[in-house]
Amino acid sequence: MSNMLKYEEKALKIVGTRPLRPDGVDKVTGRARFGADYNLPGQLIGKVLRSPHAHARIKSIDTSAALALPGVKAVVTRDDFAEMPDELAAVGELMINFRDVTRNMMAREKALYDGHPVAAVAATTDSVAQAALALIKVEYEVLPHVIDVVEAMQPGAPLLHENQYTQGVKPRPERASNVAKRLEFGRGDVAAGFAAADVIVEREFNTKPVHQGYIEPQACLASYSADGQAELWTSTQGHFVFRAQCAKVLQMEVSKIRVTPTEIGGGFGGKNNIYNEALAIALSRKSNHPVKMVMTREEVFRGTGPTPGANVKVKLGATRDGKITAAEAELNFQAGAFPGSPVNQASMCAFTRYDLENVRVVGNDVTVNRPKVAAYRAPGAPIAVFGVESVIDEMAKKLGLDPIEFRLKNAAREGTQTYYGPKFGAIGYIQTLEAARAHPHYSAPLAPNQGRGVATGFWFNIGNETTCSLNLQEDGSLTLNLGTIDVAGGSRASMAMMVAEELGIAYERVRPTVGDTSTLGFNFLTAGSRSTFASGMACVIASRQVIEKLRQRVAKIREVPLEAVAWKDGQARPVDGGVAQFAPMSLTEVARMAGKTGGTIAGHAEINAQGAGPGFGAHIVDVEVDRQTGSVKILRYTVVQDVGKAIHPAYVEGQMQGGAAQGIGWALNEEYVYGDDGVLQNPGFLDYRIPVASDLPRIDTVIVEVPNPNHPYGVRGCGEVPIIAPMAAIANAIENATGLRLCEQPFSPPRVLKALDQAAAAKG
Amino acid sequence: MSRNHVSTTVNGDRVEFLCETGQTLLEALRDELRLTGTKEGCGTGDCGACSVMVDGRLVCSCLMLAVEAEGKAIETVEGMADGDTLHPLQRKFIEHAALQCGICTPGILIAARALLARNPDPTEAEVRFWLAGNLCRCTGYHKIVDAVLDAAREMRGG
Repeated sequence: MSNMLKYEEKALKIVGTRPLRPDGVDKVTGRARFGADYNLPGQLIGKVLRSPHAHARIKSIDTSAALALPGVKAVVTRDDFAEMPDELAAVGELMINFRDVTRNMMAREKALYDGHPVAAVAATTDSVAQAALALIKVEYEVLPHVIDVVEAMQPGAPLLHENQYTQGVKPRPERASNVAKRLEFGRGDVAAGFAAADVIVEREFNTKPVHQGYIEPQACLASYSADGQAELWTSTQGHFVFRAQCAKVLQMEVSKIRVTPTEIGGGFGGKNNIYNEALAIALSRKSNHPVKMVMTREEVFRGTGPTPGANVKVKLGATRDGKITAAEAELNFQAGAFPGSPVNQASMCAFTRYDLENVRVVGNDVTVNRPKVAAYRAPGAPIAVFGVESVIDEMAKKLGLDPIEFRLKNAAREGTQTYYGPKFGAIGYIQTLEAARAHPHYSAPLAPNQGRGVATGFWFNIGNETTCSLNLQEDGSLTLNLGTIDVAGGSRASMAMMVAEELGIAYERVRPTVGDTSTLGFNFLTAGSRSTFASGMACVIASRQVIEKLRQRVAKIREVPLEAVAWKDGQARPVDGGVAQFAPMSLTEVARMAGKTGGTIAGHAEINAQGAGPGFGAHIVDVEVDRQTGSVKILRYTVVQDVGKAIHPAYVEGQMQGGAAQGIGWALNEEYVYGDDGVLQNPGFLDYRIPVASDLPRIDTVIVEVPNPNHPYGVRGCGEVPIIAPMAAIANAIENATGLRLCEQPFSPPRVLKALDQAAAAKG
Repeated sequence: MSRNHVSTTVNGDRVEFLCETGQTLLEALRDELRLTGTKEGCGTGDCGACSVMVDGRLVCSCLMLAVEAEGKAIETVEGMADGDTLHPLQRKFIEHAALQCGICTPGILIAARALLARNPDPTEAEVRFWLAGNLCRCTGYHKIVDAVLDAAREMRGG
């Protein structure tokens, strides 16, 4: 903790302004290089053969005909990868087990979902590689499968893992189960809390898996040399984490793999884990050629992580005057084919916006025959919050209270004891709610068939390992080498802004880039809204080191004591009323003399950033429900969020708008549709419909700034909070418009129409 | 496997390439001509990331065979700037923070330029419906629409 910097209020010149992003021109001219844009001489094309079955034992794989096809240079199957023991590692907010990583990238005993890789080929062209896949003979013994989370929890359900016994249950169960883990969080006495309630609301909700939907499919290029070194170019949220995963499953030394991150065409948590990367290195090793692998959109849907679908039960008790007395939830999350859903995070943030005496949350992590889930922006939170904020809304209505007033009466604040551990420090939930209530949107008139909903979200935000290197060049410009990926939110710009602010120089004089894994020490991946917080902290530390060295050089050059030298507005100047006077020196002057006064000047930071600041958001949405078609139109949308400090407000707004748009898609249209055969029926953007421009209105944003005391500029992080509230806010708006409480996501036209018809029939 | 010889014009330059009969124009642009500014997001015409102009018409280059480009005039994002002067749309996209990851940006720029060529003064709704064939997962479209409307204003001289 010793090198962590605290918040200091000060006048700002650059932080809080809106300079142009350094990656902008390359991105509008087509020069920016994404995963699929890299090529090497002599490269082969790698393709993956995937299981057509949801659940099947793999009896044999015959690759001889594929290998005999002219142009095919290598085939890999389970036999090319070592068995991995159980070993857990952190990936963003989630944990992975290497035993599962090696099985997910290439099936071993069984294929566990439609789309599970069973073999991969490298060939001279794409069409030869495709032809080779058709020649691989896999003998499957098809097994009964299970897709639904509630069915998977029943005794007698088809078992994915015959040796999986539910953790967290005492005594240890005697029978294997699809429930990998049972979690419980809570405090107080829930039974007493419900006994003290005047009103109780209880509801059950179901959600479908949705995909992160990044527009760039996974793409990588690997080159393995005969001396045992490998290079990898890949679209990733964490090149150091990808290196670690590849080294582990390929049994290589970490330092023998060099990973260069490409521009990333969206990730949202979906590019936290390797898929083809280790296969590409293995194929390169076997073929002695570089191997390029680019997924098709269908492969992205079938083979990469969606977020889980879930079954959620919520019960809430309150007194007549609006005080919540007890809150209880059960969260049953699909993990996909291997354990590790975000049910842990969802459990911790289900009720955390409220100051509660009596809480109990039970979470179950359940394996089903679907792709292994991956993180998706505030992983798990939108699902739990859909249930909880729907029930909060219903309770407010029953109590005759304004929904924001009801939330304010129970809002978490500084000093609130969470039910999962820490007490909150300085947080901005109340300020966020008050800003939402004061927004003109909240009191604007509504027409018939229109309704307004509100909901709120909380996310922890995280810090973790971060490094950077700031080099002062001989002309006084600076290069900033970052180890934490800019996943496109604009963090390169924000980092350069903080450096320029510290040094008192123009933003344009700092050139930020993300270095490959050989240039810096380990960085955690860009997840948990950590980059502006953690990488920003590292940049400020490195800047202050540079300033210290500049002062030392100037003291030497001007022959004055160090304490006489101040650094201000990009210059070394005498300290006001200090012990010595001297002619000021600019950054450029000192830089030019650096070589002769002791060598290059640089700052480095290697930190494990602590003290991330929790973020809160409140969303207001107006909808119009078409009673003829069941279509729900978003008329107006406002996002209010405490971000601590917006380093670059336009890019913070972009996170708020983008997160809300993803949440709107999740609410209204998006879902994985499986047939009875366990095969995914909509692996494409035509049938898996994400929001288009004409589906959405303008998305207004209100940035609230309650500084995080544990960051020099007060940054909390902003990327994840905005996806949490939309589903609940839209459900609440639909209820406000129609009187119908929708508990099954998505609220697509057929579902809404069915609910309207049922309500009409019940009325007679 | 014998390959087809195609002569075409890309961004005003005469080019020739060889392609397999089943290859798309997108694949030819990216893999044969190394014009990787045009992106593949789906390969099925649903995302618009591969939008290019063919003889003045906006098309998804993943839905057109490369051999069909014979004798046609193709325009891609690489030809949008005039030397080192960005097209107003390109400049406005940067100024309005209308791009984040940037993978959809080339296709959206090509589509937006096609809109402004036929409708120099579009309404917000017209911009939204014209761009409904171009998926963006980062921005929520708000700043994209602002950038297009602002570029239109500037191009009209307003």
